[in-house]
Amino acid sequence: MSACSTDVEPAVVAVKEAGAGLGMALWATFQRDLVGVARRPADALTPLVFFAMVITLFPLGISPEPERLAWIAPGVLWVAALLSALLSLDGLFRADYEDGTLEQLLLAPHPLSLLVVAKVLVHWLTTGLPLALMAPLLGVLLALPQGSYLALSVTLAVGSGCISLIGAIGAGLTVGLARGGMLLSLLVLPLFMPVLIFGTGAMGAALSGGEWLPHLAVIGAMLALALASAPLAIAASLRISVHG
Amino acid sequence: MWAFFHKLGSPRWFYGIAARLAPWCWGLALALIVVGSVWGLAFAPSDYQQGNSFRIIYVHVPAAFLAQSIFIALAASGFVFMVWKVKIADMAAAMMAPLGAAMTAIALLSGSVWGKPTWGTWWQWDARLTSMLILLFLYVGVMLIRRAFPRPLSGSKAASVLAMVGVINIPIIKYSVEWWNTLHQPASFTLTERPAMPTEMWLPLLIMVLGFYAFFAAFTLTRTRTEILRREGSKRWVKELFKEDA
Amino acid sequence: MAFESLAELWQMGSHGPYVWTAWGATLGVLLLSVLLVCGESRDVRRTLRRRLRREGAAALKSTEGRHEG
Repeated sequence: MSACSTDVEPAVVAVKEAGAGLGMALWATFQRDLVGVARRPADALTPLVFFAMVITLFPLGISPEPERLAWIAPGVLWVAALLSALLSLDGLFRADYEDGTLEQLLLAPHPLSLLVVAKVLVHWLTTGLPLALMAPLLGVLLALPQGSYLALSVTLAVGSGCISLIGAIGAGLTVGLARGGMLLSLLVLPLFMPVLIFGTGAMGAALSGGEWLPHLAVIGAMLALALASAPLAIAASLRISVHG
Repeated sequence: MWAFFHKLGSPRWFYGIAARLAPWCWGLALALIVVGSVWGLAFAPSDYQQGNSFRIIYVHVPAAFLAQSIFIALAASGFVFMVWKVKIADMAAAMMAPLGAAMTAIALLSGSVWGKPTWGTWWQWDARLTSMLILLFLYVGVMLIRRAFPRPLSGSKAASVLAMVGVINIPIIKYSVEWWNTLHQPASFTLTERPAMPTEMWLPLLIMVLGFYAFFAAFTLTRTRTEILRREGSKRWVKELFKEDA
Repeated sequence: MAFESLAELWQMGSHGPYVWTAWGATLGVLLLSVLLVCGESRDVRRTLRRRLRREGAAALKSTEGRHEG
């Protein structure tokens, strides 16, 4: 038991209590994870700093000319966002796996596939959403033209929801492995590609003065599909990692 | 129906039936591929636009078909394994995955070799080649995760889950890549539609496709038999089988 | 036949290198996989037979005739 478990325990107990309702269990899981992130803000900040650093590499590596930067900015921002999501996904279940919380969740009387949604929601709130809010600032650094900032933020916010859900499947499969992080990137990056295509597509449309909302709708549809099917896969992958 | 299903799931029964089926599949594959090759290489007329480089279609399309079909088969076997715990399904999945990856690589290679005389470059981000490349990454993932776990059973389950997740994503990837690159050539041959090619061109293609499928069946049957011996080597029926043998 | 001679078949109207590379690689992979499948099957059978022979010898030596499932 780690030192920080004193405040966490009531939540776990609430989850384990057979009488407690599903809503209560979801809320307890959500709260517990949020408190955990608040206790270790460095973990939540690392992906954001990484995002900023990757963005910085491109003017240095390609050219500081605003025209060229503006040309590559949408793609660079999106790719950097995907990479920094990978960084945070590796830790999504790791602490819970190591201290046994995951096992408690598996034993809980509530469906695991719903409890993991609460965990993924916390992951999105603490990594995807801040990233989406921060992206316009970095867009300024990359001389991203006017008119695509809103598209950038909104598509990143919705798209990172997909990424959290799909990535959690890979995180669940690799959580018990010694070098899981590397494998995780290989497993989930191909699955991120459709989101990338429509995310940058939306920005391209916004930049050329077209409609970007249809692209957002497609990303939204992907999010709906992921929300409906990924939780089952996440639950199955966690069961494999914990019980074999 | 259920009795048949359970029988099929029994390694012993499968070992016997596969032994009877495999030689036919190998023979069929050999015959079809030889006929298809000679026909496609020497007798089919050359394309009026692409000339003789068009003959690459006779290996490119069957390989691409097989690459996609094997991934679907992986996911189907994964489903059968996860839901009904049929061990044979997992053994077959483990055995066919490398062939699927090899076929994906062949489709990529022949596609890019075909691209050189047709497009003038070895690689173009054409929609079909791009989705093939992504499919190759998916194959690599499924094959790697199986070996990553210390317990083989965990690896089997993880590979099954990943194959199912991948197969749901394949159409999404395919359509988004096609949307991303609308400059691609439309698929020139499908089994359900009558293609625009003249008969003497598509008939050898059909023969090659069937030959590749027969090869896949033969490959999977033979390798699954080997895998049964590997995994069930200490079962009594295997011992008795080999006692008679010696 | 679509070609006048074997040399023309080989050249494929200047597309020879491309066609034969693609075909060679494909048929090569098919052939290689057949060889690997045969080799794998032979190896597994050989180790299994060797192990059973060893077990049989051990069972005879102990003369208890205990059978492990």
